[in-house]
Amino acid sequence: MADLTKKSLTEIVSLIKKKEIKSEEVTNLFIKNIKNDKKLNSFITNCNEHAVKKAKKFDKNPKLDTLLPGIPIAVKDLFCTEGVKTTAGSKMLDNFIPNYESTITKNLWNEGAFLLGKLNCDEYAMGSSNETSFFGNVMNPVAENTVPGGSSGGSASALAADLTPTTIGTDTGGSIRQPASFTGTVGLKPTYGLCSRWGIVAFASSLDQAGPMTKTVEDCALMLEAMAGFDEKDSTSIKKKKENYSKNLTYNIKGLKIGIPKEYRVDGMPKEIDKLWENGKKILKESGAEIIDISLPNTKYALPTYYIVAPAEASSNLARYDGVKYGFRSNKGTNLIEMYENTRSEGFGDEVKRRILIGTHVLSSGYYDAYYIKAQKVRQLIKNDFDESFKKVDAILTPSTPSAAFKIGEKKNDPISMYLNDIFTVPVNLAGIPAISIPAGTDNNNYPLGLQFIGKTLDEQKLLNIAFAVEKKINFKQNLNRWWEK
Amino acid sequence: MSIDKDKIKHVSKLARISVDEKKIEHLTKDLSSIFKFIEQLNELNTDKVEPLSSILNEPLRSRKDEINDGKIRDKILENSPKKNEEFFVVPKVIE
Amino acid sequence: MVGKVMTREKGKYLIEGEKGKWEVVIGLEVHAQVSSNSKLFSGSSTKFGAEPNTQVSLVDSAFPGMLPVINEFCVQQAIKTGLGLNAKINSYSVFDRKNYFYADLPQGYQISQYKNPIVGEGKITLDLPNGTKTIGIERLHLEQDAGKSIHDLDPSNTYVDLNRSGVALMEIVSKPDLSSPDEVNAYIKKLRSIMKYLGTCDGNMQEGSLRADVNVSVRKEGNKELGTRCEIKNVNSIKFMQMAIIYEAQRQVELLEAGKSIDQETRLFDTKKNETRSMRSKEDAHDYRYFPDPDLLPLNLNKELIENIKKNLPELPDQKKERFINDYSLTAYEANVLVSEKEISDYFEEVVKTSDIKLAKNWIIGDLFALLNEKNISISQSPVTAKKMSQLIDSISSGVISGRTAKEVFEIMKESGEDPNKIIERKGLQQKSDPKELEKIIEKILTENNDKVEQYKSGKDKLFGFFVGQVMKISGGKANPQLVNQILKNKLKK
Repeated sequence: MADLTKKSLTEIVSLIKKKEIKSEEVTNLFIKNIKNDKKLNSFITNCNEHAVKKAKKFDKNPKLDTLLPGIPIAVKDLFCTEGVKTTAGSKMLDNFIPNYESTITKNLWNEGAFLLGKLNCDEYAMGSSNETSFFGNVMNPVAENTVPGGSSGGSASALAADLTPTTIGTDTGGSIRQPASFTGTVGLKPTYGLCSRWGIVAFASSLDQAGPMTKTVEDCALMLEAMAGFDEKDSTSIKKKKENYSKNLTYNIKGLKIGIPKEYRVDGMPKEIDKLWENGKKILKESGAEIIDISLPNTKYALPTYYIVAPAEASSNLARYDGVKYGFRSNKGTNLIEMYENTRSEGFGDEVKRRILIGTHVLSSGYYDAYYIKAQKVRQLIKNDFDESFKKVDAILTPSTPSAAFKIGEKKNDPISMYLNDIFTVPVNLAGIPAISIPAGTDNNNYPLGLQFIGKTLDEQKLLNIAFAVEKKINFKQNLNRWWEK
Repeated sequence: MSIDKDKIKHVSKLARISVDEKKIEHLTKDLSSIFKFIEQLNELNTDKVEPLSSILNEPLRSRKDEINDGKIRDKILENSPKKNEEFFVVPKVIE
Repeated sequence: MVGKVMTREKGKYLIEGEKGKWEVVIGLEVHAQVSSNSKLFSGSSTKFGAEPNTQVSLVDSAFPGMLPVINEFCVQQAIKTGLGLNAKINSYSVFDRKNYFYADLPQGYQISQYKNPIVGEGKITLDLPNGTKTIGIERLHLEQDAGKSIHDLDPSNTYVDLNRSGVALMEIVSKPDLSSPDEVNAYIKKLRSIMKYLGTCDGNMQEGSLRADVNVSVRKEGNKELGTRCEIKNVNSIKFMQMAIIYEAQRQVELLEAGKSIDQETRLFDTKKNETRSMRSKEDAHDYRYFPDPDLLPLNLNKELIENIKKNLPELPDQKKERFINDYSLTAYEANVLVSEKEISDYFEEVVKTSDIKLAKNWIIGDLFALLNEKNISISQSPVTAKKMSQLIDSISSGVISGRTAKEVFEIMKESGEDPNKIIERKGLQQKSDPKELEKIIEKILTENNDKVEQYKSGKDKLFGFFVGQVMKISGGKANPQLVNQILKNKLKK
């Protein structure tokens, strides 16, 4: 089974359940691929030995009535993993080894999976190209010197390059969906509160949400089922009973109403994206769904709002990195204040510092009302827009990103153009609702492009069903030349 | 509301991040353009809008008053860059 | 600093400046530790005196990805305290982050309540020598305590202990209604008493369960406008609060009279030098950047919860005082003293359950309080328990011993805690109450002092005392004085 690593998670699970393959074989095949990660740079930490040990242990006494039996999974290095270095892509946590396990990863391990490694990401998840990581750029398997998107860039890259059968990321403004779109993979940002935030290095607490990144929609349903669930340790976790997303997955979307928001048609958007969007509508109609034009009038204010709310929360969330309890401490300075200033100046990278300063400013005395309160008001308006729309439609179809993957360094020195990458993904985080990106075509460079479906609160099943139906008809195939192995 | 060097110095003091004099010019430029972008919001009249107070429509959950944590000093101190057997150790605080 | 003369005119506290008299305006922000087993947002213990960093969880030490979950009991304690302060309980309140850096603040922010506190306006009535005074309460909110920085264990380093980090505090803010150090004393004591009655704070100032920031300003006598205030941070005893106020008010008067202005600032009280000094160096960096904590949701309280707590409130000092005046015919002063601490009122009520009220109040307010003062102990530590006090009083009312003998017995009880009945018996202190025996003694005295009897009968009434004295002398002080009076009167009439 030479190309087992190219198979979907669902297929691998089924092979293990049928005892046609052992967990150790699966694990070793992925480890073999990981050995060629050097150019991609998608891993920060390899857990090869740990994974093989876990696989052997599984094979000795296979427990098959779980969702992820014997499956090795590499995760974004933002999830705290007990006994395994957790860096958040930052020098600040370069030496941090948590003695606790995040709820989400624990949920995966409880379903039979085990840790394969920790994946590169933008520093503290702040970035859209994985260029802000202290551990270096990640490249997109699609083409050399191309970014994989961010902040879950390492996750997207490792998944697309078959270095892990599935992965998990976090999405604060598009950090799952945009890299999924750039690498031709599937990414879901669940409803805020569906997946516990406990044990995930926080970026912006009211926006952060963990979610699955997979090769297929079916895999995505399976992973969400494993991840989601109420956590009493997270005050923002929603108390509801577990759902069987994978079992209930269906192609039947007949009669569903899909909204097309006119505000998502932006200037300078490549023609291919427009074509892709039109194709999406066509497929939905063929599947028996009804297309309805809608308006989300405050869409253009989502990014400015996001760049107030997210940095404000981040400036406070990142105050704990002060060199006292864990992580990096500068040895410059003779008193406490100097120690703080040097530690934080040397430990954080430029983009993180930039956002902390923005956040500090928008919360500071005399500016709070003009920026922070104003943003929370506009956030309410953006949420109202979605609430209104969902009175008329079941889901909304948009492109995932305004462009395909770009070259490394292309936008590094222009923060605004970098930020604009998240223009279609950010509104969803502001409203706390779920959205999924699936690969749907390519641009003229043959780089993948994604379509995004947005749903209402806790309507993940419907979103998955729509994505499932569309995925089948699009039948997107990615042929990578595996340049990084050469 | 423009961003100048003094503002950046003030804010970095609040955020406890020392900023390199050499980088401050560039940072001022970046932040100015970001704030110009952010200030698009001023086009919107929001006088009658209540700020969003929570993205979830849930009540705040609470826990019982039970002692079920603590007594893990070694774990707490384990990752500290400077500690002794009992305490975190930091450079002298100068008031 | 040259001390200005303070005067008290009709209960008013004034500072005599060079150029007139000044009033002092004081407001207090009291930080009271909520009595609870575990912390406000984590399950670590709040017990005082543990080994450093042993009552710390990953949440309290702000590890990456840790999240707060609120302790429902602390919320109830805050509501209870609010109701005890006759205050409005807000059905909607919000937890905010107060951002600043300090070694003992692991999150880099304190979770507190800023714009929407759990409790709104209320009031406290103070009993002062010239009558009562009502002090307004501005608000009460819940917040986390910080850890402790220890500066004196190492010459070049500071040590950090996070045991207190995250312990629940109630910040109770008064209106600027206090106008003298004495009123501050009365206010703190009353507030502490209310919280102890409610069981919401143990009020232990030595252990830091009760601290206060003191806001002080001065203004010309009769002036209605408030002056610029200074805030004296974190004072942990009533005595220091009073000293700090006296110093600070004088400092402000001197500045103003010299034509200078007061800077609104945070000051520190140096207990060794007895002076306040500016903390302005810190002030510059303080812009707390409050904003709602996105890790928590707004706190919505339902009416039933509040009503339920209200229904189950214990009797509070003011109600108890009222009841004591009505049920036990106490004066307002007596009632005040007896309800000032819950333990004292409990003691009193236990004694009067079986014993004479008048004797009980006099013995408790007089002899017992003197004993507590002398030994510097609280009533719960008294060697003379309520039960023993009852026995002592009962032996007076039943005539077994005289009031005077009782004082002797009390002196012994004070030291040994011995049972009064045993002392009386061991020492043979019982009164002679047998009329026949007393009659014999009296007759003997009257016969021996025939001349004095004649003088008495011819109008020298004062001699009655002489006869009583003689009886007591002969009986060794054990004769029942009432009986002696009665028999003597009869005999001398003939």
